[in-house]
Amino acid sequence: MFLVIRRIYAMLLRHLYLFLCSWPRVLELVYWPFLNMTLWAFLSKYLAENSNIFLMASGVLIASVIMWDTLFRGQLGVTLSFIEELWSRNLGNIAVSPLSPYELICSLICASFFRTLIGVGGAGLAAFLLFDFQFPNVGLGFLLFFINLLIMGWALGLAICGLLIRFGLSAETLAWAALFFIQPLCGVFYPITVLPEWLQPLSLLIPATYIFEGMRLTYFEGIFEMSLLLKAFLLNLMYMFCGVGFLLLSYSYARKHGLLLGSGE
Amino acid sequence: MNNKNLNNVVIRVNKLSKDFGRIKAVKNLNFSVKKSETLALLGSNGAGKTTTLMMLMGILKPTYGEVNILNYNVFTNRKMISREINFACPFIELPQRLTVRQNLTIYGHLYGVENLSKKIYKLSIDLELGDILDIRLRKLSTGQKTRVSLAKALINDPKILFLDEPTASLDPDHADRIRTYLEDYQLKTSATIVLASHNMPEVERLCSNVLMMKLGTVVDEGPPKKLINQYGRSNLEEVFLTIARTE
Repeated sequence: MFLVIRRIYAMLLRHLYLFLCSWPRVLELVYWPFLNMTLWAFLSKYLAENSNIFLMASGVLIASVIMWDTLFRGQLGVTLSFIEELWSRNLGNIAVSPLSPYELICSLICASFFRTLIGVGGAGLAAFLLFDFQFPNVGLGFLLFFINLLIMGWALGLAICGLLIRFGLSAETLAWAALFFIQPLCGVFYPITVLPEWLQPLSLLIPATYIFEGMRLTYFEGIFEMSLLLKAFLLNLMYMFCGVGFLLLSYSYARKHGLLLGSGE
Repeated sequence: MNNKNLNNVVIRVNKLSKDFGRIKAVKNLNFSVKKSETLALLGSNGAGKTTTLMMLMGILKPTYGEVNILNYNVFTNRKMISREINFACPFIELPQRLTVRQNLTIYGHLYGVENLSKKIYKLSIDLELGDILDIRLRKLSTGQKTRVSLAKALINDPKILFLDEPTASLDPDHADRIRTYLEDYQLKTSATIVLASHNMPEVERLCSNVLMMKLGTVVDEGPPKKLINQYGRSNLEEVFLTIARTE
């Protein structure tokens, strides 16, 4: 067990070293979440002055954007940490080492957690300091929302890593774009009832849909709906299982087709 | 083969084959490598050397056949075996933005090396990396990078060392130092080395046995001197050319 932890620690150390010697990477980590939050905070302020609904639930847009960034950064944290190995053509050395695919997955998830904490945590702190923003006080409720968003991001991130193993850096665009494909469907800024009826069942398959619905319910009605959280969690379990399974299948495919030494090309 | 010889075998390859679609990259390889032996895989480009190395290291699954390392199947026991082996190839890079020390630290942890700082210090002396330990890899010359790659491959004192073109792009002086270091390392640790190379003088100097490969099969094998005598040539390069140009 000690050796397993040591190997995961080694991979985290690899990312820490990278950040310590590359300030653009650190800047990128906090830049976009901060910029996003600021933009929506000003819009929120403007809408609150001109619309009763936003006056009633001041901060809902900032909460939406911070939570969306949690999901996005969670996914990006996994995929970018993996892409670093492809960019540096280091996957062959890692594949030969005792690091197992499960340990690789754990290290990617841990790296993503810290990246998200720094990026979104920084934006959240800025929202508090600059715009007096706070999440509604519903005990652990919002923490559970955030955990679910992270899990969904990780599941998607791992599946994209599977595609990266299979197709190499030609699948890199997916790392940035995949989540935006589902953004309109999961109702980040609006309830899914505004979607066409035929699209709504698709939304219900996305865990984030329940989280954003739950968040709005807390803001507008002051209710924390446990059933929404539970639905999101069950879906997340299923997607996490699929994400991990897909990455392991891709790894096995790569071992069969000799892609591990040549990855990155 | 008596029992003592059987116990000395650290790599046993049995009916090893690899197909990539219609291409048969490796066909029915059978060989064994003893402890402290240095085996060279020789052959033209596309002969199947790297494919064979990848299967020996367990990162490429054979289509047929098996590889046993230290008496364990490399595919079903990869995790255990991977602690006892290591690999260097100038064409597989280490993270370029990290310093030499950072790279060696990461791989030291991955391989569970005890007294890591001491080990890195020792390698830096042995491979003349002392002055560049805290320099990022991307700022190093190709020759320096090759030595760092070798240091990474030796970080866990592997019982079996796989090398793909270990002295490619090194100047004759550094290449000679590396060969001397590998000879010393083998003498001290009784490690087994499997080497794919196009450098015939290097193979003649380092290797006790050679597998001549062509189009995925072994066309001849034996100690370098035996092959030179057998083909009536004056060196291994001439043997290589004879085999490569024979239809």
